[in-house]
Amino acid sequence: MVPRKADPDSRSRLVLRRFLRRRLAVAGLFLVALFFVFAYLGPFFYKWQYNQLDFQAFLQPPSSSHWFGTTQNGFDMLALTMRGMQKSLIIGLIGAVLSTGIAAIAGAAAGYFSGWTDRMMIAMIDLLLVLPSFLIIAILSPVFSGKTWLIFVLLLSAFQWMITARVVRSMTLSMKEREFVYAARFMGVSNWRIILRHILPNMSSFLIIDATINVSSLILSEVGLSFFGFGVQPPDISLGTLINDHWQSASTPNGYQFYLPAFLLILLVLAVNLVGDGLRDALDPNAGIGGDR
Amino acid sequence: MTAQPLLEVENLSVTFPSEAGPVAAVRRLSYHIMPGEVLGIVGESGSGKSVSSLAVMGLLPLRAKITGSIRFKGTQLLGQSDRDLSAIRGRRISMIFQDPLSALTPVFTVGDQIAEAVLIHQKISEQAAMDRAIELLELVGIPNPRQRATAFPHEFSGGMRQRAMIAMAIANDPELIIADEPTTALDVTIQAQILETLDKARKTTGAAIIMITHDLGVIAGAADRVAVMYAGKPVETGAIDDVFYRPRMPYTLGLLGSIPRLDIAERSPLTPIEGSPPSLINLPTGCPFTPRCPMRIEKCEQVEPELLVLSASGPGHAAACHRSQEIEQQNLKSTDVFPAPVIGEPEASTVPRAQREKVLELTNMAKHFPLVKGAILRRRVGTVFAVDGISLDIREGETLGLVGESGCGKTTTIMEILNLTQPASGRIMVFGKDTSGMSAQDRFSIREDLSVVFQDPLASLDPRMPISDILAEPMQTHGIPATERANRIEELLQIVGLRPEHASRYPQEFSGGQRQRVGIARALALKPRLVVLDEPVSALDLSIRAGIINLLEKLKTDLGLAYLFVAHDLSVVRHIANRVAVMYLGKIAEIGDVNRVFDLPAHPYTQALLSAIPLPDPRKERARRRIILKGDIPSPANPPSGCHFRTRCQKFAGELNDQQRQRCIDEEPSLMEQNGPGGDHFAACHYAESYAVLDDVAGKVTQ
Amino acid sequence: MGRFLLRRLAYLIVLVVIATASTYFLAAAALNPRSNFEGRNPPPPPEIVDARLSELNLNDKTPIVERFNRWISGVFRADFGLTVDGAPVNDEMGRRVWVSLRLLLIGSLLGTLAGVAAGAYSAVKQYAFTDHAITLVSFVILSINTVVLAVFLANAGTSFNNAVGYRFLYNTGEYAPGLEDWTSAGILDRVQHLILPSMVLILQGFAFYSRYQRNSMLDVLGSDFVRTAQAKGLRRSKALIKHALRTALIPMGTFFAYQFALIFIGSIFVEKIFTWHGMGEWFVQSIQKNDVNVTAAIGLFVAILVLIAGFLSDVVTVALDPRIRRS
Repeated sequence: MVPRKADPDSRSRLVLRRFLRRRLAVAGLFLVALFFVFAYLGPFFYKWQYNQLDFQAFLQPPSSSHWFGTTQNGFDMLALTMRGMQKSLIIGLIGAVLSTGIAAIAGAAAGYFSGWTDRMMIAMIDLLLVLPSFLIIAILSPVFSGKTWLIFVLLLSAFQWMITARVVRSMTLSMKEREFVYAARFMGVSNWRIILRHILPNMSSFLIIDATINVSSLILSEVGLSFFGFGVQPPDISLGTLINDHWQSASTPNGYQFYLPAFLLILLVLAVNLVGDGLRDALDPNAGIGGDR
Repeated sequence: MTAQPLLEVENLSVTFPSEAGPVAAVRRLSYHIMPGEVLGIVGESGSGKSVSSLAVMGLLPLRAKITGSIRFKGTQLLGQSDRDLSAIRGRRISMIFQDPLSALTPVFTVGDQIAEAVLIHQKISEQAAMDRAIELLELVGIPNPRQRATAFPHEFSGGMRQRAMIAMAIANDPELIIADEPTTALDVTIQAQILETLDKARKTTGAAIIMITHDLGVIAGAADRVAVMYAGKPVETGAIDDVFYRPRMPYTLGLLGSIPRLDIAERSPLTPIEGSPPSLINLPTGCPFTPRCPMRIEKCEQVEPELLVLSASGPGHAAACHRSQEIEQQNLKSTDVFPAPVIGEPEASTVPRAQREKVLELTNMAKHFPLVKGAILRRRVGTVFAVDGISLDIREGETLGLVGESGCGKTTTIMEILNLTQPASGRIMVFGKDTSGMSAQDRFSIREDLSVVFQDPLASLDPRMPISDILAEPMQTHGIPATERANRIEELLQIVGLRPEHASRYPQEFSGGQRQRVGIARALALKPRLVVLDEPVSALDLSIRAGIINLLEKLKTDLGLAYLFVAHDLSVVRHIANRVAVMYLGKIAEIGDVNRVFDLPAHPYTQALLSAIPLPDPRKERARRRIILKGDIPSPANPPSGCHFRTRCQKFAGELNDQQRQRCIDEEPSLMEQNGPGGDHFAACHYAESYAVLDDVAGKVTQ
Repeated sequence: MGRFLLRRLAYLIVLVVIATASTYFLAAAALNPRSNFEGRNPPPPPEIVDARLSELNLNDKTPIVERFNRWISGVFRADFGLTVDGAPVNDEMGRRVWVSLRLLLIGSLLGTLAGVAAGAYSAVKQYAFTDHAITLVSFVILSINTVVLAVFLANAGTSFNNAVGYRFLYNTGEYAPGLEDWTSAGILDRVQHLILPSMVLILQGFAFYSRYQRNSMLDVLGSDFVRTAQAKGLRRSKALIKHALRTALIPMGTFFAYQFALIFIGSIFVEKIFTWHGMGEWFVQSIQKNDVNVTAAIGLFVAILVLIAGFLSDVVTVALDPRIRRS
């Protein structure tokens, strides 16, 4: 017994309405936007650049001229943090789009075509899950310096898509049996058109949520790898390299070098997660216990 | 001696908060039930019948707002604590739910779950409770109860699960059993078994039963009194005969008139009720049936009628309509109140069948599937003989109904046809062309002439596409230019009774009936010659079905279409089909002209099937002789040798001698002509004997 | 049935072989143990370096395939070769596996239990204050990556010590030197060293499992069979614990299986920050020290554990869900 809506409300407007009602999610979105502004526009308004040295201020705590303080070598922490955040944001976004995209196509193809395509896809997924991703990326890390650090993003995405692909595959398997897919098949619509026009769009809520989760996963993966010197390589800067450089001073009075970027990192991941959570509720709201009957 | 009512519900109202506003699911419902009687509550989706019974049990979610009074033997139930209500649930009042697979916990054995029902209310040992559980399983007719008690719910068939639920419900000898759509999810022959079991349970415990269903036939056979609900409110109540033979509220009139009848051969069009049940959010003032009621007057929109007892009718017969006195005085019938459309006969029917072109021909078609067990270690352990060699044909302009219960293979059959590939054995000829030799190009062009309408209109339309895109898709795929498409879309919408402005909307914004019209429009887009319909009205509300059935008939006549109409509801098939094929376990049991087969069925299965279907005619229902088959439908992976039906056949179990039985075991029967040549009536039984099942009235006889 | 198990086993073995071989080839090709020796001051003569490298099966002049064969034949004899320092890999691995286990076991267990209980409770009392609180806390914890969390806790420990005035919590190492024996003093000392790193695991486990268990419970709570259980007369709380929780645990089985199989791999972050000499630390070091044999050995170890985890998760799911079993 589902009450029919009194007036036609388009689906995206409804989703938007639901999203806006979750204030935390909106706050998260706002924060993410803020971080973008901070990372990309900030350097234009702040007087210090990330590669500038201030010979008169080594290891200074936050002050009015150096808002986040300086490092041992005289670099400005805030500038470094802004620069690092740029990397983290790009890694998160591009990586998420890539990995969700690969997962969607691979999973849907496996689920829809079955047979050999499916078996090969599963074998590839199993293989990639078993291969030591950390090792591979670590070993290849010297390749990442300079312009080619995008290879790093590619590699991260390459190891991120497998579990999602499995879920897409099982969703495709059940969707394949849905009547609107049969209707399209019996009309004569070609297979890939069915996948791209009917199957994937009906998983879009899952894919969007997955992409959002991937953003935070990838940002955290980068931090983890860079922590050991394997991810982003000097002279590039990311939040991970900053944490790696300064975690040992966390217990000293110079701990600001660690805590400030760490705090921003936490805030960024939290903001992304809030957006993801809000999206999930907006796209697939649970009906609550018991539902309507 | 005035007995105390067992349960007295007064002005019960239930409202749910929702995103779009408060949903008034039940509005001022009042009824009572006496000890030992059976009260039927009938209604479509949105009528509030299930919600009201959950309210009695106190099982509504916390966010529901409930007002009114529910008295059980004088004690007020509303407002009691969970602890106090728990003492009553399962002990004095118990409930049977609709879908037994989801209603039983998957991780505990059936025996444990029944024993639990006992242990909650009685202080006995676990062993004693288990013994009682086994006793109950035997009572409800489950063979090998001791063994079966250790099985899990998913290992039971649908019918057996429902019996287990009944066992659980009567475990503590309750005084009231609420059965919420107990047979809706079951096959017809299994439904007959369960209704019989329920009746037995009632006689054993002496309990009263509230039977909630949308199936008027079931109510006609089972209930003493009935309450018809619409939009959360009772609109007519009374003794069963009064309401069925002398309905005094237009909704009841319309409902009874819109149901196709199994036992009447006359092909008059059904009287449809226009529109669909209203949304329960922000119900307008006045009678909720007004927009659909042909008898509406101005007062109907302003004042909601009260349920008033009719003066000149049976005791307790009450109707909620401002004009029910008028209806009573003039003794109006549904045909008087609801206009019936006029539908002619298709052109092709004037040409004799044998001379018309064959649009579809199946010759000994078979389809097998490998049986795969285990979720992790998938291995093939056998074969499912889904379709085991069937032959039929459909001529131009003709409608063939394909009927049968679960596992009979009707869905597999149509899927095979629609796939246009070579079957495992046998031959499929579509428009004279053999599917085994077809190239992809051939198939693609045939698809212009062959289309399909599915059962669930919500699932058959892509929720992400607006109607215009849905209708455009077949045309786009087959290369029809954009301008022509736009014109055709408008034309199609008009043909199926929708408006052009509907084209930009999405499926979810429409009612079930409207969605199915879109599905039908889509099937007509390329001007097909043969349309396959897979249970096109099963998922729709009763009051809407008539409209769709009439539409399908009209289209058939106007456009000269041939239909392959799959259904499990034989009354619909009787109404719309020219010929019918009855399938059982992958084979055709009986095939022929629809009136011949239904009036004088020759195959024992057809006879049992027809006997099991409840008719919305209380007198007839009470007087009918029923054939109740024993046991469950065998698995298609392991069909019986010889005649597939012999394990449940009432003839096999009864009249045949051993030598005859041996023939059934050894030799598979083939379709043989019945009642003389040229009569278009064939049955696959060695000992086929026609008799008029539907007119067989002499009390109930079970096998 | 047997034939099928064998086929599946064969498939898994092929995966392990491919993973191990890839790891070895990758490590052998990309890492350069020779540079360890050449980097010394004064650099040793090339012949000695060569000889040493060949002894260790790390000589880049030997073809990779030959090195691999030598390594893999060792593996079949359960001998993983020598580290770049000349010590037997087996011994080192044997020690470090137990260290990782000791580090992670208690924290993981407690975190899991706490998380499952909190998640179940949260779902039952949905939208109550505790539900919101638990959700919020879990959410925040899950947004903090392990490094930051560990560093923060390590320093919090120091602050705690300062506040109490006594060095109660230790954030470096597994035990104080001299106290490695399992005497009561030794045990107390180990506990003191274990508390902080375990807290990382407990917090993360709690956050993760409470969210997933909550979702799983919510999915089940609306089920028909919970309603049936109540219709029989079970009080709501009892129906939830007995029927809902048991069913909601089914999807969690996979998580449990993977988590507990992978404990033996240790945690690279926790071990580095708290200076525990377990498998995680060793893994990272092996890459940094160009220790090919160790890297490959750990790669093999991880591959086997992942597959055991997969198999275990299947077993657990079958054990918990009778619908998948077939009699």
